[in-house]
Amino acid sequence: MGDKIIAQAKPKAEEGRHNLPFAFRHYSPGELGQALRKMYLIRRFEEGAEESYTRGLIHGTMHLSIGQEASAVGISLPLTDDDMITSTHRGHGHCIAKGAEVSRMFAEFFGKETGYCRGRGGSMHIADVSKGNLGANGIVGGGIPIAVGAALSMKKLKTGRVVVSYFGDGANNEGAFHEALNMASVWKLPVIFVCENNGYGMSTSTRRSTAVANVADRAAAYAMPGVIVDGNDLSDVAEASHAAVERARHGEGPTLIECKTYRHRGHSKSDRNRYRTKEEIEDWIANRDPIQLFEAQMQEYGVIDAAGIEAIRTDVEREIEAAIEFAKTSPAPDLAGLTRDVYTDLA
Amino acid sequence: MDTTIRELSYAQAIQEAMAIAMERDERVFLMGEDIGVYGGAFQVTGDLVHRFGEDRVMDTPISELGGAGVAVGAALTGMRPIFEFQFSDFAALAMEQIVNQAAKMRYMLGGAVSVPLVMRFPAGSGTGAAAQHSQSIEAWLGHVPGLKVVQPATPHDAKGLLLAAIEDPDPVMIFEHKLLYKMKGPVPEGYYTTPIGKAEIRREGKDVTIVATAIMVHKALEAAETLASEGIAAEVIDLRTVRPMDRETIIASVKKTSRLICVYEGVKTLGVGAEVSAMIAESDAFDFLDAPIVRLGGAETPIPYNPELEKAAVPQVPDILKSARDLVNGVR
Repeated sequence: MGDKIIAQAKPKAEEGRHNLPFAFRHYSPGELGQALRKMYLIRRFEEGAEESYTRGLIHGTMHLSIGQEASAVGISLPLTDDDMITSTHRGHGHCIAKGAEVSRMFAEFFGKETGYCRGRGGSMHIADVSKGNLGANGIVGGGIPIAVGAALSMKKLKTGRVVVSYFGDGANNEGAFHEALNMASVWKLPVIFVCENNGYGMSTSTRRSTAVANVADRAAAYAMPGVIVDGNDLSDVAEASHAAVERARHGEGPTLIECKTYRHRGHSKSDRNRYRTKEEIEDWIANRDPIQLFEAQMQEYGVIDAAGIEAIRTDVEREIEAAIEFAKTSPAPDLAGLTRDVYTDLA
Repeated sequence: MDTTIRELSYAQAIQEAMAIAMERDERVFLMGEDIGVYGGAFQVTGDLVHRFGEDRVMDTPISELGGAGVAVGAALTGMRPIFEFQFSDFAALAMEQIVNQAAKMRYMLGGAVSVPLVMRFPAGSGTGAAAQHSQSIEAWLGHVPGLKVVQPATPHDAKGLLLAAIEDPDPVMIFEHKLLYKMKGPVPEGYYTTPIGKAEIRREGKDVTIVATAIMVHKALEAAETLASEGIAAEVIDLRTVRPMDRETIIASVKKTSRLICVYEGVKTLGVGAEVSAMIAESDAFDFLDAPIVRLGGAETPIPYNPELEKAAVPQVPDILKSARDLVNGVR
């Protein structure tokens, strides 16, 4: 019964734009197509990285965000290249959403000199400062105070820019989270805190780790809006981001957005998924995949057709293949450069 | 350039450096706990808030980790923050941001960013503040590539090293010994810098080299005066910078004197003196040594409250005298 009512309540495009979900009112078909393309690009980048890891081309570890693409892309939609982000150990999506080139990202994962960090950072420190991405972070909650500091700079320098700080549900129990949110609110800084709550801090569920039902509930303690959105619905995420970015740009201070989402893969490459059921994982993959959901919406509202989707997929496939080839054929760092950039060379 | 030299206290010299830096560069600002109208726990920021306003002399909440992170973020994005800790011991609350973020950011990002951050740490014992407010932790931070660590011993260097730190594109940690804040000394007016990474020979001598840090420089100089009256010419080197260490000055001195004492307030084991000693042992100065190297460091204990115990926990002038006499006289 419930399903039927929802289905009937869904407006068709021709019934009036004002009843469409936010993203379909606010962005052009071209922009929505770009958003879908970025979600694919993130998905295929991570699948490509996973495959390269399995084949021994990438060492170390990585944390995949497959299943969380709507949050990365939706939050980024209202941002400009001048706005900044701090990201997390699960940060490939944020990096791509903010405009990074997958070729230089693959090169970084392959440890090559052409990578964003010249092979010094790898997956956990991927950054693209030229696009305002101050970097992923290997420390849970490590980027949150840094984002507040960047927002302090933006305010002091009167740039009108805003800063987004992504973090996971695990970080909301770090002291850095609480200290940073408090200062951002006291100083009314242009920062948006985005918690991607995928239900588990490594293996520990939020129910077992967090005293409040929602991370967004904690916003009340720091006198800022706390917004909960379906993190797998691109339009919902973009709507919350848009409101928070506007608020920040107008000097009204920070917002905490909680994107409820799910990671399809394990925490990292060592995860055996012993803390969640197969049924739970399969349900999220089959019924709540953010890319499938967005595709369906786009088709329902007549923004794209099957051929258009196929064209985007093919285009992304080409980009990923070329990027991996670029990474494979790029030069490795020179061992003589081991200690370069520990300090700034003043010469 | 104004080269008038006045007598200023160490604290006044630091305050003057911060004022000059803020006048010269709008990006420079101060952050810390109670550094505004209170004037700082040791009155180092004093009345700067009245001269520069609350936006540039920012009181933070009692949030060392978050505050340090904010300073890192501001430094990354175009500002030049000077972050004051109330006591160096509280660095323990902020180690994540100092060690994992500030120190490594440039390297991790392949040189795409710099972190021009200055942190000031009131350090050391002698104030009766006991174990959590009296430590000398410069070796903790000196162990971290990406950081620079300095310990000015005079008002002149307190100003010059701070101005050098503000100019430096990388994070510089400044340890200021609390007992030095009231010490007066000659300080030139106006802008000047004291080079980071360069030790200073405070007294020349041919019989024994004493490498000292912070307040120990003054104890070593006092000991050297007594030793001179006994016919022992001690050379006193003020290390000034823990990282990067000025190897050349120390090596040259040890080659001249053939004897080495390291005096530092931090816990002896794995401290600054351990690095100085090992560096000499690895260098060609080793062949010049006439006697084993002596380290005089803090006792293997937290700093105690009782004033006599507190004094006993760190090297004192008589300790330096005895070590120097024994070394020169061949007593082992």
